[in-house]
Amino acid sequence: MEWETVIGLEIHAQLATRSKIFSGSATAYGAEPNTQANLVDLGYPGVLPVLNGEAVRMAVRFGLAIGARIAPHSVFARKNYFYPDLPKGYQISQYELPVVAQGSLDVVLDDGTRKRVGITRAHLEEDAGKSLHEGMPGMSGIDLNRAGTPLIEIVSEPDMRSAKEAVAYMKKVHTLVRYLDICDGNMQEGSFRCDANVSVRPKGSDKFGTRAEIKNLNSFRFVEKAINYEVERQIELLESGGKVVQETRLYDPDKGETRSMRSKEEANDYRYFPDPDLLPLVIDDAFVATIKASLPELPDEKAARFVRDYGLSEYDAGVLTASRELGAFYEDVVRRVGRDPKLCANWVMGDLAAFLNKDNLEINDSKVDAEALAGLVTRIVDATISGKIAKDVFEAMWASGESADAIIEQKGLRQITDTGAIEQAIDEVMAKNPGQLADYRSGKDKLFGFFVGQVMKATGGKANPAQLNDLLRKKLSG
Amino acid sequence: MSAPAPTVAALARGLAEGAFSSVELTRAYLERIAAAQPSLNAFITVTGESALKAAAEADAARAAGRAGRLTGVPIGHKDIFCTEGVLTTCGSKMLGNFVSPYDATIVSALRAAGTVMLGKLNMDEFAMGSSNETSHFGPVRNPWDTQMVPGGSSGGSAASVAARIVPAATATDTGGSIRQPAALCGVTGIKPTYGRCSRYGMIAFASSLDQAGLITVSAEDAALLLGPMSGFDPRDSTSVDSPVPDYTATLGDSLQGLTIGLVREFFDKGLDAACEQRIRDAIAVYEKLGAKVREVSCPNLPLSVPTYYVVAPAECSSNLARFDGVRFGHRCDSPKNLLDLYCRSRGEGFGAEVKRRIMTGTYVLSAGYYDAYYLKAQRVRQLISADFARAFKECDLLFGPTTPTPAFRIGAKCDDPITMYLNDIYTIGANLAGLPGMSIPCGFVDGLPIGLQIVGPHFSEARMLNVAHRYQQETDWHLKTPSAFA
Repeated sequence: MEWETVIGLEIHAQLATRSKIFSGSATAYGAEPNTQANLVDLGYPGVLPVLNGEAVRMAVRFGLAIGARIAPHSVFARKNYFYPDLPKGYQISQYELPVVAQGSLDVVLDDGTRKRVGITRAHLEEDAGKSLHEGMPGMSGIDLNRAGTPLIEIVSEPDMRSAKEAVAYMKKVHTLVRYLDICDGNMQEGSFRCDANVSVRPKGSDKFGTRAEIKNLNSFRFVEKAINYEVERQIELLESGGKVVQETRLYDPDKGETRSMRSKEEANDYRYFPDPDLLPLVIDDAFVATIKASLPELPDEKAARFVRDYGLSEYDAGVLTASRELGAFYEDVVRRVGRDPKLCANWVMGDLAAFLNKDNLEINDSKVDAEALAGLVTRIVDATISGKIAKDVFEAMWASGESADAIIEQKGLRQITDTGAIEQAIDEVMAKNPGQLADYRSGKDKLFGFFVGQVMKATGGKANPAQLNDLLRKKLSG
Repeated sequence: MSAPAPTVAALARGLAEGAFSSVELTRAYLERIAAAQPSLNAFITVTGESALKAAAEADAARAAGRAGRLTGVPIGHKDIFCTEGVLTTCGSKMLGNFVSPYDATIVSALRAAGTVMLGKLNMDEFAMGSSNETSHFGPVRNPWDTQMVPGGSSGGSAASVAARIVPAATATDTGGSIRQPAALCGVTGIKPTYGRCSRYGMIAFASSLDQAGLITVSAEDAALLLGPMSGFDPRDSTSVDSPVPDYTATLGDSLQGLTIGLVREFFDKGLDAACEQRIRDAIAVYEKLGAKVREVSCPNLPLSVPTYYVVAPAECSSNLARFDGVRFGHRCDSPKNLLDLYCRSRGEGFGAEVKRRIMTGTYVLSAGYYDAYYLKAQRVRQLISADFARAFKECDLLFGPTTPTPAFRIGAKCDDPITMYLNDIYTIGANLAGLPGMSIPCGFVDGLPIGLQIVGPHFSEARMLNVAHRYQQETDWHLKTPSAFA
């Protein structure tokens, strides 16, 4: 039987506020355990939560960026369960009335097709602390620094049909939250993570299969692997006559498999009810309008502009707008070069990206900055060097931090555009290779490449390729 | 120094005139507290040393010309309010070892106003009770008859003010916990509008109903103390940002033209006939003062007890989840694992009434029952609020009894929670609607005090205090003192 995969994601993005969602404690990552937890975070008797307005602004920014409805009236609810890293015995979240509802995002898939993923809702909530088990035999430690850190939980519709689609969607959300400056997107530190709801059904069926929820996936790679493993597992189970049970599963990256954590029967009854310590969150039109006016150009708008203004393909535009910093870098290069934006794009996406990747650097830490790269591209455009030589120049720039011009000068890489010099080199090559010349002239056109190579070799690669082609063709044909 | 003058107003005058110092006054009260403790058990913690130090500071401030109206006046705090460096038990074994690292907002506000804390007053465990019998620290006794309950949950506050072992005390009211003990002990109690006083640092029972207030000898005393306690607190989102009047400024206003509404549902068959007569007598005094009286109806009010016993336990089941033996409070010995830690710490730390309410609350919020109980109760709550709103279109204030009967015998209702819950039948409505309520002494039945309840529209505390004060100028019920403590 042919099976169809159905995936929905719940993405948790930590909001980049300076203080916690319901207390004044700092949210910085990596502090000594329990040094960023005050009495409110510790859930002391008598303390009360007070909502951080900045967290609300960030949630609204997100809602506007996905074309969602911003709820004029939303409600914080308590999700009740006992766990040592949950000091109050409940998590303050939003349940029936979330602040953001009904948005969507378009993702471009590998084959270039566009897919719209529905976003059911996005709500504000507080993060829990962390339980520590290492280095404490027979005991567990609790670090409440993270307790109360604001999160936005972004719940998608079950619109994705493959692990690749799920990853593309998650990457899109990742791009967006960083564009909006509402989340640092750091997945290693847990600032951006997701739960994946996965089910399979016979192709063509309009009913959903029973789903499993894979918890706490904190890298794109894990999302893809965990979903693929889970899909295989469910298909095998169904094809051998078994049934998928609704349950929560954990992905083990070492073994590359998902394991059952708890079944539906063992699931908590969270006893949600409106938190009586917090008033309903009321958002008026003026508040929304102010935030709308402050939104930056969003990735889709920017990509469309790159296609329109720079003549880039949709794919290239998508790559170059994957982060705000990359887009800004590219546009800086284009502005400095002043022409051939396609060539600029090739350099940013090609050699520069490869070197960044190799050294594991972000664009803002690039050893060749926009000004330097523009200097190099300008020398290609004005025919000072060839594209091939430029690759060597770039490598030298990356290593030394010097400008393209300095390296071209030092190494004498300036292209030979003097017709006489090129003609002389051609004459010498022709004289040295009478056999090949005869063959060419008797119809072996393929030998043209041989002659180009020989002349380039003779000129140390510096002959202007276009001039060389013209002159060589003339001379060879006699 | 002889027996202290009975009211905060008189003490404040004495301090201002130099008739006695705060240290002398405080010492006198500490002696009275020590003498009464064996018979009343009103205090959980007496903070004698820090009280004398604070009193000395108050005297120094006065000498330096920096005294306010309340500088040097001793008061007691219900042990539900967090007090920095002082045991704060909430009447529970669970917090039997809990020394709060911070002050409740109203505690620091009253300190800033110059008051001197004498100690922490006994109460029903986590404010859950109507007789002060659920306290882990033993029942408080009624100064008018020590075989009788003082009411609850603010039993320590009411008994200590009645016995004149504190001039005034803070208290809290979730379903009547200020007004009912005030009535049963023959003192003045005020539960302000929900949101009038900060709840920060007041250990939560039912967050949407809890309100801090006062138990005092007189309405004038309540007016003096309520000002500093009131106002918006940025730490409590449910506190209301509306101006705080000088409640003493309007105490003497005329009652000509005042329309009193007698709530028909308050004069039901459960009301003791002799108690009803005292209420009618009090109303006659008001008519003499120029008030008009009319009957009004709040048809949904009889639903207030069942509504309350869904909403309050629901909130408490969640509010009390933080007492898990992990970070503070009682922890069982050598827990085997996490579940054992939770089960035994909570099982040992909470008393029977608290457990009953946690279980009730957990049940009404659970999947499949939420709509039938919690949601329905919230709808009824809105109907009750609407009833009150309609009534206030026809009258300025609502009058009725505070309780159906005078104080009952200790142990009499312990085995029957429903009968116990019905004690709050007249007081719960104001909590569900967030309205301010008062109870003032209006006579005795068989030697036990009776309270007249006044309920007003939101933020009508100034008018209520005025109305109570004018009555207290005409009568002296509030000045009666139990003979054993005279």
